[in-house]
Amino acid sequence: MLKSKTFVKKTRAGGVMKIVREHYLRDDIWCGSEICAECKQESAVLQTDASIESDLCSYPHYVIPDTNVVLHQIDVLEDPVIRNVIILQTVLQEVRHRSAPVYKRLKDIIHEQEKHFYTFTNEHHRETFIEREPGESANDSNDRAIRVAAKWYSQHLKKAESEADGLKVVLLTNDQGNKQKAEESGLLVYRFEEYIKSLLGNPELVDRLALSNDDKHDITSSKVLFPEHLHLSRIQAGIKSGTFLQGTFRASRDNYLEATVFVQGEGEDSTEVLIQGLQNLNRAVYQDLVAVQLLPRSQWVAPSSVVLQDEGAAKDDNEEDKEEEDEEKSLRISAAAEAARKPTGQIVGIIKRNWRPFCGMLNLSQIKESTRHLFTPADRRIPRIRIETRQASTLAGQRIMVAIDGWPKHSRYPNGHFVRSLGNAGDKETEQEVLLLEHDIPHQAFSQAVLSFLPKMPWAITPEDMGRREDLRLLTVCSVDPPGCTDIDDALHCRELDNGNLEVGVHIADVSHFIRPGNAMDKEAASRGTTVYLCGKRIDMVPELLSSNLCSLRSNVERLAFSCIWEMNHKAEIIKTRFTKSVIKSKASLTYAEAQMMIDDSTKNDDITKSLRGLNKLAKVLKRKRIEKGALTLSSLEVRFHIDSETHDPIDLQTKELMETNSMVEEFMLLANISVARKIYDEFPDCAMLRKHPAPPPSNYDILLKAAKSKDVEIHTDSAKALADSLDVARVDGFPYFNTLLRILATRCMMQAVYFCSGMDSDFHHYGLASAIYTHFTSPIRRYADIIVHRLLAVAIAADSTYPDLMDKQKQSALSINLNYRHKMSQYAQRASVAFHTQLFFKSRGILNEEGFVLFVRKNAIIVLIPKFGLEGTVFFDAKDKAGPNLHFDEEGPTLKVEQHTFHIFDMVKVTISLDASNIQHQKIRMSLIEPVISGVSVPAPDVEPLAKKPKLDR
Amino acid sequence: MVCGNMAGLELLSDQGYRLDGRKASELRKVQARMGVFAQADGSAYLEQGNTKALAVVYGPHEIRGSRSWIRHDRAVINCQYSMATFSTAERKRRPHGDRKSTEMSLHLKQTFEAAVMTQLYPRSQIDIYVKILQSDGGNYSVCVNAATLAVIDAGIPMRDYVCACSVGFVDETPLADLCYAEESGGVSSLALALLPRGGQIALLQMDARLHQDHLDALIEAAMTACKGVGKVLDEVVRLHLKEVSVLTGE
Repeated sequence: MLKSKTFVKKTRAGGVMKIVREHYLRDDIWCGSEICAECKQESAVLQTDASIESDLCSYPHYVIPDTNVVLHQIDVLEDPVIRNVIILQTVLQEVRHRSAPVYKRLKDIIHEQEKHFYTFTNEHHRETFIEREPGESANDSNDRAIRVAAKWYSQHLKKAESEADGLKVVLLTNDQGNKQKAEESGLLVYRFEEYIKSLLGNPELVDRLALSNDDKHDITSSKVLFPEHLHLSRIQAGIKSGTFLQGTFRASRDNYLEATVFVQGEGEDSTEVLIQGLQNLNRAVYQDLVAVQLLPRSQWVAPSSVVLQDEGAAKDDNEEDKEEEDEEKSLRISAAAEAARKPTGQIVGIIKRNWRPFCGMLNLSQIKESTRHLFTPADRRIPRIRIETRQASTLAGQRIMVAIDGWPKHSRYPNGHFVRSLGNAGDKETEQEVLLLEHDIPHQAFSQAVLSFLPKMPWAITPEDMGRREDLRLLTVCSVDPPGCTDIDDALHCRELDNGNLEVGVHIADVSHFIRPGNAMDKEAASRGTTVYLCGKRIDMVPELLSSNLCSLRSNVERLAFSCIWEMNHKAEIIKTRFTKSVIKSKASLTYAEAQMMIDDSTKNDDITKSLRGLNKLAKVLKRKRIEKGALTLSSLEVRFHIDSETHDPIDLQTKELMETNSMVEEFMLLANISVARKIYDEFPDCAMLRKHPAPPPSNYDILLKAAKSKDVEIHTDSAKALADSLDVARVDGFPYFNTLLRILATRCMMQAVYFCSGMDSDFHHYGLASAIYTHFTSPIRRYADIIVHRLLAVAIAADSTYPDLMDKQKQSALSINLNYRHKMSQYAQRASVAFHTQLFFKSRGILNEEGFVLFVRKNAIIVLIPKFGLEGTVFFDAKDKAGPNLHFDEEGPTLKVEQHTFHIFDMVKVTISLDASNIQHQKIRMSLIEPVISGVSVPAPDVEPLAKKPKLDR
Repeated sequence: MVCGNMAGLELLSDQGYRLDGRKASELRKVQARMGVFAQADGSAYLEQGNTKALAVVYGPHEIRGSRSWIRHDRAVINCQYSMATFSTAERKRRPHGDRKSTEMSLHLKQTFEAAVMTQLYPRSQIDIYVKILQSDGGNYSVCVNAATLAVIDAGIPMRDYVCACSVGFVDETPLADLCYAEESGGVSSLALALLPRGGQIALLQMDARLHQDHLDALIEAAMTACKGVGKVLDEVVRLHLKEVSVLTGE
């Protein structure tokens, strides 16, 4: 090992403090190239044959990008075509300071072996170290460091040139000054755009280029449309003095000229400031952190109820302006008429942009040869984005992703660049991708860094593991899951003990054995938070090797488990509880139906069946006890698609059926969760990760009470127990579905259950399960919270070691916020996926007639539930283009009187169902009324035999 | 946990370099001189990177002060640690006598009681004064190293050199000889004083949280680092001896 040779001091004066740091320079930092014989590197990253076909550089070469190129063009660098790149330490450090997401992406690229990205630690290399000169700015000195390193590389490679045919290095920079200086010192230097455009055979890369500042003038006219944004220092001063407010910008979904800024006040109070008109919106984009200035009270307006969508195509800018002015005027007039004015303001500056790549579709420009087009994001709250592309004709009809680069003050729309295409709109794959992206669900393949922490295959249980764990391989353990389940995380057993009591065990996959705290795999899982199940697709939280193999408790293989074992008497009273890490060998992986059949088949009498019967018996007792305590049984319709095995199109819809065995497994999982929650809370009162379900505020029940009252049924909502009991007795003769409908309504009244850290909260109650304490322990393969709970429990029983973050309640709390967010988003995505498949189903079916029930009554519509499909839809009574019927809404009922007919909640109606594909990005199910017949409102029942109706979307 | 923090400094890069360009197990540059003062019985000046310390030894001599200090079977070691007011980035108010210094004095005393052959000087006292002139992390270890040289310069027999080094734990990797930036980064660190030849530990001090599974690896790294320091100290002593013998003409 070579010690430092030279010794230089680096002095940094910051404020009054003078910090002196040592800086060792080394000569054992290698260049990383395969052709170099001089450097004693173990494995070279950069290839000898570094060719990429280019007009500019016909010779093999390595590329050195500068910081700004990396920051802005990471989309291009990620492309597999770009290989053999040298990332200098200077660049890496600067990227790290400037943008955390880009830094992470860059590190992922470096980890990927096929990309051949090499990190050169230039600042510690004796020959490439530079000292900052007096008067030189940090940026200039970094640029110089990059040039010096590039120079060193070109000379260093020249020495080794004997065999290689003129390997060179190419510096890429967009900075004019830097480029000039580099040229003076004899370096090969190109602008990034220049270089990418010269690449042969990869024209699509050009579209991914981010527009740099120099290009701006090409794209826009000189007219100034927006007021200048204030400088950050002035914004900060303004916020301090109270003239400005700081808040999150939330664009309106229905009106592109309107938005609110959510200002978080001290404690609970937070206000919303209304922003109206393009000038006042001043280029803010949804989710940006902005500074607003309140307008004088006389200019305050009320939120308009008009639905306005930005329809202007990329026409001549002037023409468009005129239209908009008209629109804005009409908006103001309509707004001024109303009395309920709200605080109104204008945006004076942006504190932090929160741009991400957006999904959407391209609107082709009218001019055929034009390369500038407008892009319409799928999310209506995002403005349209102007991009430049040469492949517009191919991209038309595709879902694409676009990133915003900037929004100059003289441009009506933000400028952006094309990132990638997701596929044809309407395709299942594409739509799924859109759905995942729009719900912020991380779904990329796991990076190399993550995969490197997987156990090496073939994997087997080592004797050490065996020694530390309880050997439960001889127990008759089996798992019961839905059909087709490959990530089996729980298994059960039950056997009679000699003293007549029963021993019941719940065995959970020991995921925390494989995922060690703090490594890349753990971080990835923590960030994903949960596995997302879509129709026909699963987005794993942990790599598949774990989720479907090593952690999955499949039958007849030895698996590591975390077991919770109770001794119970026949009344299901727990006598003893213990937890242990174990090794099990499941005897059977059953489906719910199979297990049910085994229990019911009286001829069967093997161990598995006996075990199942024991479990089933206990589960019934447990369930009865739970319900006596006031646990709610709520209802929501879940549908299941029968998917065609070849085309993967849904061919039939069915509501999910529940069997006794479903509730059997559920009971024991609940019991295990509660037992574990108690244990970890006893052991770690400050940092246990628990789950709570707050009682809903009484006002939430209004709708349920009103609805029940309309049928003369009394519902008590004082406590969960009262609610459960009154739901049980709520029946209406001749209306068997009434109870289910009530339960569906009751479900809508509930609050979200959330994870939290026990040290940060005092209310632990789980309302729905009527349990004083609860957590998630039983599905560590698909939920990260369970992994944390496993680790806590392992520490509690001294089976594993702890680490600081586990005991840090702030960190735990931050983690639970992320988990709650991911959880919510995954539910939304799941719903959206079901909705999309429902659409596909109805697309293939044409128009259907179905019976349904009125679930809610709104001012201008009724919401109808079709029990057969578990489908909800809205029947509107007012149409945009023609005069609507006479509507009278009564809030007390609530009822809606349409002409002569009055709609109540729970009324039975007949509707037609069809797919409304007029807006290709937002297809929806349309329902129209057939019965009761109201003239001018209802439609005649169409023939059920599909008219030869061609679906409009063939794209 | 600390280095993952985006806002903070990256203490160990993916390429394995630390903030100042060292690798995980590399020490800072150690430079030392012995016999810097004529009046004291022994003295030494030692730099370890940017941490600089001066050590002075008086004794063995008669016990001064209370007679109750006397030990009839061995010498008493009296240590005083102080930091120059100009040693840190912000000027220090109290050069010595504060809690930290008192604790450090106590640690030094324990360390040298374990190393000096005190039984040779019953009923006497040895004073060791150490002053940090510039502080850049690893104050304790630098003091120990400087004091060792001073004790040797005073000609007081020791069982072995006492070499000390601090080790921190970042990214599952032990980092040897922490500088101030690393120490203040919230790293769990320990300081270890070793008698390198026999491998006995004279003092082990740690007040951060660390899982015990990692402790062995950390101690192992610290011992290696201490042995490295030991080699440097040995060279310094030999060089000093050569110079002195030339001067005295032996």
